[in-house]
Amino acid sequence: MSIDMAQFHQVFFEESFEGLDIMESGLLNMDPGTVDDEEINSIFRAAHSIKGGSGTFGFNDISSFTHIMETLLDEMRDGRRPVTPEAVDVLLRSVDVLRDMLAATSDDGEVDEERVQEQKAELEQILNGKSGEVATDVAAADATAQPVEGAEIKPIGWHIVFRPLPHMLRTGNDPLRIIRELAELGDLKSEGDISALPALSSYEPEDSYLSWDLHLHGDVEKQAIDDIFDWVEDDCELIIMPILPEGEPEVATVSATAAPAASEPEAPVVQAAPPPVERRSKKDRRSSKDRRTNNRRQSGGSSGGGSIRVEISKIDALINMVGELVITQSMLSMLGEDFEMDRLERLNDGLAQLERHTRELQESVMQVRMLPISFTFSRFPRLVHDLSSKLGKKIELKMTGENTEVDKTVIEKIGDPLVHLVRNSLDHGIEMPEERLAAGKPETGTINLSASHKGGNIVIEIRDDGQGLNRDKIEEKAIEKEIIDEDHNLTDQQIYELIFAAGFSTADVVSDVSGRGVGMDVVRRNINELGGNIEIESDPGKGSAIIIRLPLTLAILDGQTVTVADETYIVPLVSIIESIQVKADQINRVAGKGETFKLRDEFLPILRLHKLFGIENPNASSLEEGLLVVVEGDGRHCGLFVDDLLGQQQVVIKSLEANYQRVDGISGATILGDGSVALILDIPGLLRLASETGADSAAKQTA
Amino acid sequence: MASILAVDDSASMRQMVSFTLKGAGFDVVEAVDGVDALSKAKGQSFNLVITDVNMPNMDGISLIKELRGLPAFKFTPLLMLTTESGNDKKQQGKMAGATGWIVKPFNPDQLLATVKKVLG
Amino acid sequence: MNEPQAKIEAALESQGDEYLTFRLGEEDYGVDILRVQEIRGWEAATRIPNSPEYVKGVVNMRGSIVPIFDMRQRLGMEVRPYNKNTVVIVLRVKNDRGERNMGVVVDEVSDVLSTQRDRIRNTPEFGGGIATDYISGLADADDKMIMLLDVDKLLNQGQQTESENEDAA
Repeated sequence: MSIDMAQFHQVFFEESFEGLDIMESGLLNMDPGTVDDEEINSIFRAAHSIKGGSGTFGFNDISSFTHIMETLLDEMRDGRRPVTPEAVDVLLRSVDVLRDMLAATSDDGEVDEERVQEQKAELEQILNGKSGEVATDVAAADATAQPVEGAEIKPIGWHIVFRPLPHMLRTGNDPLRIIRELAELGDLKSEGDISALPALSSYEPEDSYLSWDLHLHGDVEKQAIDDIFDWVEDDCELIIMPILPEGEPEVATVSATAAPAASEPEAPVVQAAPPPVERRSKKDRRSSKDRRTNNRRQSGGSSGGGSIRVEISKIDALINMVGELVITQSMLSMLGEDFEMDRLERLNDGLAQLERHTRELQESVMQVRMLPISFTFSRFPRLVHDLSSKLGKKIELKMTGENTEVDKTVIEKIGDPLVHLVRNSLDHGIEMPEERLAAGKPETGTINLSASHKGGNIVIEIRDDGQGLNRDKIEEKAIEKEIIDEDHNLTDQQIYELIFAAGFSTADVVSDVSGRGVGMDVVRRNINELGGNIEIESDPGKGSAIIIRLPLTLAILDGQTVTVADETYIVPLVSIIESIQVKADQINRVAGKGETFKLRDEFLPILRLHKLFGIENPNASSLEEGLLVVVEGDGRHCGLFVDDLLGQQQVVIKSLEANYQRVDGISGATILGDGSVALILDIPGLLRLASETGADSAAKQTA
Repeated sequence: MASILAVDDSASMRQMVSFTLKGAGFDVVEAVDGVDALSKAKGQSFNLVITDVNMPNMDGISLIKELRGLPAFKFTPLLMLTTESGNDKKQQGKMAGATGWIVKPFNPDQLLATVKKVLG
Repeated sequence: MNEPQAKIEAALESQGDEYLTFRLGEEDYGVDILRVQEIRGWEAATRIPNSPEYVKGVVNMRGSIVPIFDMRQRLGMEVRPYNKNTVVIVLRVKNDRGERNMGVVVDEVSDVLSTQRDRIRNTPEFGGGIATDYISGLADADDKMIMLLDVDKLLNQGQQTESENEDAA
């Protein structure tokens, strides 16, 4: 029977990557000195599974690498080796190497052999270090157990005395099976010995009392016989003697006796076959050969195609919904077969039911795309661990709401922005331990990373108890970079928001931790592209927070329908601040600066959608006739001038790019209830479009 | 048809074992750890149990001990999956009542040969 | 099912060199029948702002958003109001990024033309008017001459450069 092992590779890789995550977070949680049993056990188990699986599926490099890690972990688990920060660091680095090896194997990529060897050496160094007796012991045992070449004479068969101990049956081993197996090796003559059968009164039906005297003739290696008795060597008395050709003396090998008093003299022993140690080293040689061929063969299996792991409960919900839908559908078609007007009410009921089920099905399908944000959060303990030691800071990372579910696309796209933000907190937010102590704060800084659902949005917060933003430095820099004028009258909050402006860095020295100031504007753009927004809070000396709001799902959007002439557009509700009707005295026309209007002491630029989009014959040509939708994008506010507002509705987002291309100011399309298509406005894009076309040169004012 | 309970916390190993045995015509029930296996074993009898050793919640050795204590499993072959270095595991397993072991890594053919051997 | 569609189905089965022919004014054009996804009547499309004149907008085709181009405008011909014969041919267009569905508005669909490869002639140089880049060859059908369009060139060109510009911006 041949089974294509490649079919299990994908699952193996998936669970191995999960195992690595478990190992990593476990190692990060490990307090040097004290060992939490459950923690180290789960780390060990993960390593053990990866080793077992990789061996089984033929990834021998991975298996041998993991073996060393496992050995080290095993010693730590048994308390034979102290858990030191160095050992934890080496193990963490080994996790990285192992992850790369797995990734390379899974994607058919190149393994960095040099790095693997280096890491292996590092592991072995730890292993053979101060408390590494175990490893050397094994080596010593290997050395002393060199096979003593026995008599050259080849036996013509074996005489086996097999006496099961009373409890053997209760180990699930059947003496008859063993005899059957022996019979497969050669010509077997067996004699049962019932002399041990007790009197019926003391007979225990579950005990075994029989023994056998067996003569096995043929060219049989002793190893083959040993293998058959391997499982029961402690459950029987066993004597295996070679039957030599005529004229040679018979000698016995007492393989094992389970008699409690094991002090019996070790009867005449002749090593007629190589001892087990030799067998093991043969195996090792073979596997190193396999390794080379395997490396070349490991192809196919795992194209990284976007797959998703879905909880069974979600699939069950889907199947239930489809079932309901099918019932409703068949009910409706029966109703339609011979429809009469008096059944109208039932038809209406059925249609209402159909609508409800369709909606529920839609919601269930959307659920399939949702994954816990822990997929993204899980990388941060490591990041904080590594960076804080690099920076010489003491930082504790607290995470909450890891099980908050977000759209798969969010998981994929939010990672890099979050890394940037957390790095910023580590690098610029949290002070050095001595500074903190001087400021009367605990030596160890705290970063809180949290996720939660709030009113149809996902809110992700990165909050630290560091020094907060330096208002004056930001102001100075913004003036220097000509982002604002010297005589600006921005509030502190508005100054803080300048860090999102392009090309802004507040670090005195550009460090390799948070890098150059290319970050924050990119971060904000990424978040905007996900349909979300980002806010900053800062309390000088006490800390700062970044708050990210994202839509629950990227497949559906809450939209406001607006019209201009006979065209309909959808404005994402998340971008809308309010909608107002302006009066003439609020409007301000500045030559060369476009139109602005005054809203609570702020002058906001006006974007006329019909002008931007070249829509002919808008119903409202003067500003007082139509409506201004005050929208926010990329941190800028403006008034979007439209004819009218229609209802608010949830719309399913469809791609324009799938069959056409990207369109400036448009983020996608949707299909309205009547089957027609409406375009969804991309507010940040619209603002960019406006500044490019010069329709809005005043937008800079509120930047 | 002989029924086999396959216990492993690793999905890939479990799938491999189960797929191999099903392919050979056995009925296979899968369990993800000792606790899961024990509750399945209490609800149904099996001709053979194959269990991994290192598992969360209840490891293979404890499982074997528990199973051996159940009347229905008194004589049932209980095999554990161990690694070549697991000599004390083998001993612990034997003490707990294991029938024998299959040494990892193994391939489907070796697995089948052993299972067929045990089930006769 | 209308007549041209039935012919398409038949043609798809025979897998020959077959072309769906359509008319623009007095001229006959053909497109590879294997590229034709659907033929539908003209219905108003949702206009896409700031797009070229020949882009009539997007429509909903079984849940996906498909752009519609006016063939006359695309080929630089005189515009004519749409009437009851006006149809949209939805074509599968390939480029290096994959396949897309796009609709083209034509005056009317005429027929399915089966022709041998050796009866297709190379395009002679036209006197300026029509962009010959889009024409892959000429085929004789009875006493008509049919211009065979290279769908990929016709519908990818122009857009490609636009989106490249966007990427660079």
